[in-house]
Order: sequence, then C-alpha cells, then structure tokens
Amino acid sequence: MTTVDEKPKRLISGPGMLLVWFYGVMVVGAVSRSAFQIATEFDRAPLAYTLSAVAGVVYGFITYSLVRGGETARRAAQVCCAAELAGVLIVGTWTVLEPSAFPDATVWSKYGMGYVFIPVLLPLSALYWLRRNRADGTGNGGEGDGDEVTP
Amino acid sequence: MLDALTLVTGVAALLLAAWCGWAAYRDQPTKDWHFIGMAVVSLLAVVQLVIGIVQLARGEKPEQGTTIFVAYLLGAFACVPAAGFMSLAERTRWGSVTVAAGGVVLAVLEVRLYDIWGG
Repeated sequence: MTTVDEKPKRLISGPGMLLVWFYGVMVVGAVSRSAFQIATEFDRAPLAYTLSAVAGVVYGFITYSLVRGGETARRAAQVCCAAELAGVLIVGTWTVLEPSAFPDATVWSKYGMGYVFIPVLLPLSALYWLRRNRADGTGNGGEGDGDEVTP
Repeated sequence: MLDALTLVTGVAALLLAAWCGWAAYRDQPTKDWHFIGMAVVSLLAVVQLVIGIVQLARGEKPEQGTTIFVAYLLGAFACVPAAGFMSLAERTRWGSVTVAAGGVVLAVLEVRLYDIWGG
C-alpha cells in the first residue's frame, strides 16, 4: 500500500450513500449471524457458518473502502465486489445443486433468497457505481488528483 | 412479545419508508418533518426494546433464543437513527432513499422479531 497524498475522492455521495447503508446492514447481518452460529452450533454446519463469516468480512471491507474513498480504495472495493459476486453465484449454485452440503442456510444460499436477493443485487449495483467513479472515467468526480474539497 | 406494538412499529416503518420514498421521487432531501417521523418510529423501537427486556427479565423466553431476540431488538432500535444520520450527511434525494430503505429494513426486522418471539 503506497501512501497517497491526494485527497481521497468521495465514493459515498449520492447513490453511494445508499450502497453504504445496504452494505452496513449486510455487515451487521452476516457478522452477527455467523458469530452467533459459530459460537453456539458450529458443528452443525461448519461450511455454511464459515462462509457467512467470510461474507461478513468481505462486506465489512467494502463498506470501509466506500467510506474511505479515493482511487486505491475504489479499486480494492471493486475487486472485493467482484469476489462477492463470484461468491454469491458459486455458493448460490452450490446450494441449489447440492443442498446436503449445507444443513443450515448461509447469507449467500440460493443467491441470497433469504435476504430478498440483496446479496446478488448489491455487488452488481456496487460494481456499476464504482465503475462510474473511475478516476479516468466519465463519472461525476474529477481526475484522481482530488480537486474537490470534502466537507 | 407485545404483538400490537410489533405490528404498529412495522406499519410505522413502512409509512416512513413510503414518505421518504415520495420525497426522493420528488427529488427532495429529508426535511425536519421527516426527522420528526423518524423520531416517532425510533421511539416505538425504544419502547419495544424496553418492553422486550422487561419481558425477558420476568422470565419469559423467546422461542428461537434470547441472544437472537436481543440482537434483533438492538438492530431494530439502531436501524432508523443510523439511516437518519446518513441522510444528514447526504442532503440530496439519495439521503431520502436511504431512510426509505431503513424503514423497509426495520419492517423486515419486525417480522423477524415476531417469528423469533414465537408469535
């Protein structure tokens, strides 16, 4: 990680704020759920609970990146969103094909059906949002040199 | 738990969501009146939290476990205020959308609370 002098570009203006809200909700949901389940009944479905915990960590990192802002954080968030999307699709397909591997549901089971499909919709909208905010893109920011004053 | 209160809180949360959704549709940020609405919904959540704890203290047990019940009570309590603060930081229609989403999330939490208590 290089030290960056530029003022971080805001990633949470406009629709970004809504993304942070949903990611925050998912962090609380996934982390508290997996913490409770791992603490009390880990042996019942180790794979499912571990996956929920991983999902929670990924959500946490994305939330932090969005709030932090800046190009490095934007790239990191983009990578994580892609990983998240891959996770949802893989785990979703896995739970559909072989339900026996998961005695209990994860956040990502059946593409996040238990969470109104937010887990699969969230990375898609986040990736779209992050792409629009590329430093060299046509998004509403400027160049990566931080020409805006963050309040 | 007090089913009526759960129902009222859930409905109030949905009303708040609709109201803020309307503000977002008209391209407006959240205004004082919205914050009063958020305060009312938050107050309901606080009352729910207190009643829930009192009922636990009296020795009643939620069907799906005390820890989960308390976690959801706390989540329901924090939900709308958190969205409200975020809408303070985002003075555009997107702040209103965030509060609307907060209302919907709270309504979902109320349904879960009802289940967890074993309604």
